[in-house]
Amino acid sequence: MKQTLAQKLVARAAGRKSVTPGEIVTCKVDLAMVHDSSGPRRMKPMLERLGAKVWDPTKLVVITDHYPPEHEDESRKVLRIAREWVREAGIDNFYDKQGICHIVLPERGHLEPGMFAVGADSHSPTGGAFAAYMFGVGATEMLGVLVTGEIWLKVPHTIAMEFDGAFGKGVSAKDVMLWLIGRFGMDGGQYQAVEYRGPAIRKLPMQERMTLCNMTAELGAQTGLIASDETTLRYLGKGECWGGDAGAPVLAHHRFHAEELAPQVAAPHSPANTRPVTDFSERIDLAYIGACTGAKLEDLRMAAQVLRGRKSRVKLQLAPASLRDQQTAEREGTLKVLLDAGAELLANSCGLCAGYGQQVLGENTVAISTTARNFKGRMGAASAQVYLASPYTVAASAVAGRITDPRAMLE
Amino acid sequence: MKAWVFGDNVDTDAIAPGRYMKFGIDEIAKHCFESVKPEFASSVKKGDVLVAGRNFGTGSSREQAAEALKHLGVAALVAESFAGLFYRNAINLGLPAVVCPEAKRIRPGDELRVDYETGKITDVTTGETLSAEPIPAFLMQLIRDGGLLPHLEKRPRTTS
Repeated sequence: MKQTLAQKLVARAAGRKSVTPGEIVTCKVDLAMVHDSSGPRRMKPMLERLGAKVWDPTKLVVITDHYPPEHEDESRKVLRIAREWVREAGIDNFYDKQGICHIVLPERGHLEPGMFAVGADSHSPTGGAFAAYMFGVGATEMLGVLVTGEIWLKVPHTIAMEFDGAFGKGVSAKDVMLWLIGRFGMDGGQYQAVEYRGPAIRKLPMQERMTLCNMTAELGAQTGLIASDETTLRYLGKGECWGGDAGAPVLAHHRFHAEELAPQVAAPHSPANTRPVTDFSERIDLAYIGACTGAKLEDLRMAAQVLRGRKSRVKLQLAPASLRDQQTAEREGTLKVLLDAGAELLANSCGLCAGYGQQVLGENTVAISTTARNFKGRMGAASAQVYLASPYTVAASAVAGRITDPRAMLE
Repeated sequence: MKAWVFGDNVDTDAIAPGRYMKFGIDEIAKHCFESVKPEFASSVKKGDVLVAGRNFGTGSSREQAAEALKHLGVAALVAESFAGLFYRNAINLGLPAVVCPEAKRIRPGDELRVDYETGKITDVTTGETLSAEPIPAFLMQLIRDGGLLPHLEKRPRTTS
């Protein structure tokens, strides 16, 4: 029986030759990731209650990203618990204030094609970009993993999203996802596996692929997957090529022409509320370039292409997704372009996206943002209006002071 | 069990707003649904049922969303469908979540009886019987134990 990439990954972790969509299996976990919000502060009391220890401390990665920059006592407390617990539990893989977990994890070499991984964060499908089966769980389920090293799974069907050709100028992975979420809805993924395929996907650099799999969360799938290839192995500096069998049965196979896709914008208050950028001209108060889905090195480069030699007319805030990406952007001059355009540099953390921290949107603020979710009240005041778009579109809108098609500024 | 009725795509930011996530569940629960149904947290009664449309619990992995509902006394969730991650969280916290394609027939305030194992929902107010998907036996075991943590507590402890 021909197997999809998702089936092959699950079968390996379940110690089976093959698996069938719909059956319940138990998988051995190769890698578990938690952050400061979902991790130590919740795990520690539960582990103590059970009198249990982490099944394999070398397989757990702890990353602080939700509560930096520690601007008040509660945030400082959350981070202090994380720092103390990793010492007590003997967790060497600890990245403190190095950036957002989904970026730091592969950046520091923890992911490889073929792995089966779980993360205590909903954007954990990001790992699927590396042909690893990775999905998000809550803290209690993560506790189960930490104690047993295993997790149950209903073997997913695969929904194939195939893109022919190549994406046009000013069109990015974020546009692809906003468009797919708009077309199929926030439950279009049916908690199955979505696999991105086709020549247009193959041409995307690694971090753009990460954006596709990341926002598969907003498409309602358990994970997003991309077969590994030379681009994957070059980024990681290791690994093997993993892909599904040609002709393996899928639940649905959608084919699109990449050239036909225009830049997209999701209007308040849903990532599924998507239309082409040309339908919008709203005035904005704030442009935000941040988050795991919108402030990686590739995202900063896109914004810089638009902002080179231009100034933002509105408040422009920038929170690079990882310290390492920020340092690379600084070395190559990308960061200077953004700062010269008027960007205010914030910490390498989840920042405004989750609405957890120091920076939140005030009453009635109209914002355009590279983040993944614009639910009412998520980024601050319930009266704030958040539009989601690509780094190109957010940058162009910052320059114009209103939502603007970036393509004219890329001439 | 009195029904509280919500629409489609209710997100975890509405259930457990991010700005309160640094606090404990008492504080988070006070702000449950404050941006969409501000009267909920103070009016919901122990044993009430939350009824929703498609994709309930979409968004974050924060299990405090399910935990806050349980903390406020919600006894069960009935929805046309759940976001997968939220569904797993609810069960892991011992909060029954029942998939009922006919959930939209239930009106606010209806008195409900829910049989998790047969998937039969009785709307006592209207006299209607709705069919739902039974909760699988291995997940019912978690719910009976009160969630994954008490379930794991029952395991024999290994000495280390």
